[in-house]
Amino acid sequence: MKKIYVLVFHPRLESSMVNRFLLNAFLTREDIVVNDMYELYPDFNIDVLKEQQDLLDADLVIIQHPFYWYSAPPLVKQWIDLVLEHGWAYGRGGNKLQDKKILHLISSGGTFETYCNEGKNLFTYIDLLRPFEMTYKLCQMNQLPPYIIPNARNINTKNLEEHFRQIEHVIDKLKLLESTDSISKNINYLNELT
Amino acid sequence: MASDLFQNALIYLGTAIVCVPLSKKLGIGSVLGYLIGGILVGPFVIGLIGQEGHDVMHTAEFGVVMMLFVIGLELNPAQFWKMRTKIVGLGGLQMLLTSIILFPLLYFPLSFTFNASLALALSFAMSSTAIVLQTLKEKSLDKTQAGQNAFSVLLFQDIAVIPILAILPLLALNSATNNNPPHHLPDFLLFIEDYPSLLLLLAVGFVFVLSKYLVPIFLRLIAKVHMRELFTAAALFFVIGIAWVMERVGISAALGAFMAGVLLANSEFRHELEADINPFKGLLLGVFFTAVGSTINFDIIANEPLKITLIVVILMFVKWAVLYFVGKKFKLVSDQNILFAFLLCQVGEFAFVLLSSIGLLGIVPKEELDLFMAVVTISMMVSPLLLFINEKFIAPKFGVKEESSGKIFDEIDEHNKVILIGFGHFGSTIGRFLRANNTHATIIDNDSDRVNLLRKMGFKVFYGDGTRLDLLESAGANEAQILISAIDNPYANIELSELLPKHFPNLKLFVRAKNRNDAYELMDKGITHIHRESLIDSVYMGVDILSELGLRKYTLYRKAQDFINYDNEALEKLYRHRTTNEYIGRLREEIEIQESLLQEDKLFLEKAEDNAWDSSVREI
Repeated sequence: MKKIYVLVFHPRLESSMVNRFLLNAFLTREDIVVNDMYELYPDFNIDVLKEQQDLLDADLVIIQHPFYWYSAPPLVKQWIDLVLEHGWAYGRGGNKLQDKKILHLISSGGTFETYCNEGKNLFTYIDLLRPFEMTYKLCQMNQLPPYIIPNARNINTKNLEEHFRQIEHVIDKLKLLESTDSISKNINYLNELT
Repeated sequence: MASDLFQNALIYLGTAIVCVPLSKKLGIGSVLGYLIGGILVGPFVIGLIGQEGHDVMHTAEFGVVMMLFVIGLELNPAQFWKMRTKIVGLGGLQMLLTSIILFPLLYFPLSFTFNASLALALSFAMSSTAIVLQTLKEKSLDKTQAGQNAFSVLLFQDIAVIPILAILPLLALNSATNNNPPHHLPDFLLFIEDYPSLLLLLAVGFVFVLSKYLVPIFLRLIAKVHMRELFTAAALFFVIGIAWVMERVGISAALGAFMAGVLLANSEFRHELEADINPFKGLLLGVFFTAVGSTINFDIIANEPLKITLIVVILMFVKWAVLYFVGKKFKLVSDQNILFAFLLCQVGEFAFVLLSSIGLLGIVPKEELDLFMAVVTISMMVSPLLLFINEKFIAPKFGVKEESSGKIFDEIDEHNKVILIGFGHFGSTIGRFLRANNTHATIIDNDSDRVNLLRKMGFKVFYGDGTRLDLLESAGANEAQILISAIDNPYANIELSELLPKHFPNLKLFVRAKNRNDAYELMDKGITHIHRESLIDSVYMGVDILSELGLRKYTLYRKAQDFINYDNEALEKLYRHRTTNEYIGRLREEIEIQESLLQEDKLFLEKAEDNAWDSSVREI
């Protein structure tokens, strides 16, 4: 596996302990390139060519963001709208992202218990992430289940470290596998990967 | 007379030039260098300076006055207030205990009168502001615990000189010989001589009113003339004036100067005054110490070496012990406490002032006074040596080395991370934006009217020419992170850009440029953070115009951002192709650059595809 790209999207990173922790933790690994997107594009004027080149270079793309309003912060959508061009990522002649591995790493104030049919939020995380799922499907990408960090407002450093260890385990496992079908079929969230 | 002046100047300057580099090399500090130099050229060795050494010394004492003025300037009244417990507690206790212990030593074994012992004890309790501050600065100890505490003690001593000088005449009244202190008051004020405390109050009040209200107005008028040397002259006039008035009234000139400095510390002229007075202060202090060295009366020392040595030793030991004890009471760490005690254990130049007053009042006979003068001088000489010994042999044994990064005293550190030069339309907008983001810059501008107005609006602005190194230093350029040059005049910006990297290599420069050509000149000097005032506003005005013509804003904003980025890139690209630096080729080159720019524009427009959200591009 050549390179892993982590694209961090947080509009107010200075206030998010969890997202900063993850960003800094990813920075310690030499095989990972970390892009702080709101810092790179404070004016939302995404450099499409650069982003496309990064995607071509990457073997695994991790989209890291908080779960704002059952979705992602606006820059994520801007990125999707602008970078995944017709004729490049999808549509006729658009196969540049075929089979590329991608996953979402999401920090959420809720928990798995609240995000379910019986819970306060009525839908599971997976349900609410369908639009992203369809996006990557159309681009013929190799997408993996999301990794959720629940209870993000009250989490402590020890738990965060545990999560990061699990994330590293996921990355290491992904490096070895060619097909991710075995993973996607058996588990709903990467938290569960053994 | 002129040749006398030249001769004296040569001697003193020569001594300084030879002895100070040597002493620096040996690591014993410049003060000791001056003192030794003075001894060497004094009547007992080479003999270049004779009795006139005394006169020179009294003139050069003025250097001490200037030093106190600068100290007052640098002192922030808020900081002063914060330190008040230290100043009164530590300082007061030091003087009290030292005097109490020294008194019986003078009264009994040396058989001085009660009054004489009291006067002498108080005089010997004084330490040398000049030596201590010079040493602290040279060895970068001023932010350490020892340094800050020493400063408090010295401040108290400086203040204490006034009341002591005031009660000395009272002590004289009870002495056998009684000479009135020479007041040189104008006739209509003579009646005040009978009421020394009233005189004191009047003098203090006068200095207060002068410094706080009249002087700033006066300086503003001078500043309008825009002649640097005139301002320097005014500054000197002011300091010398205050000193003169104080002396006439019989009060410590140094304290008057100190007070004036404190009162001006918050004015817009603070940095400028400091920068102007500093060179004179430095030179005069050097002359002072050289003269002190030359006036050491080795005859007396030769006559009673044992007595003198004993007195010096006991005196310094008592002072050291009291300082150590007091330091412990105020919770100094061991190695800092030892340093603190060594720093202040000498007897200082204020003792000279007090002793000469004592002599004039006849409280102590002249021969004894000469002896004590020698004692004081020797203690001043020994002090740097002791500090040297402490540094090399004693301090290392105590291991704990406090970082002189000033952790404990951060709240006193006045210097901001950002210095902003030029507070016109461009600079002031930057300043306001920074302030809105809780970042405060030290601001320097050279339009005195503007400075005055801005201060009234609550900005901390200082008057001065930002291209002067001494001014920048006093504004904290050594410690700051960023310097913004927002001056209107492009030549000034370019001058700063050339000067600053040489002297303040750690400072990041952000420079305003009027246009492309200025930018190129700045890039020649190696500046990377250049902001052209002619770029962003023009583009966004274009956005406004196109919007008026019917184009949609969001698309225009994206295009504007792209255009600005492209223009900055073109700036760099065309800079690399710039060939000539010569004036003659300049105009032609500007035309060529314009042509190249238009060609680049064409390429940019051809390449720029805007496919964002464009469904017409899609084929399903």
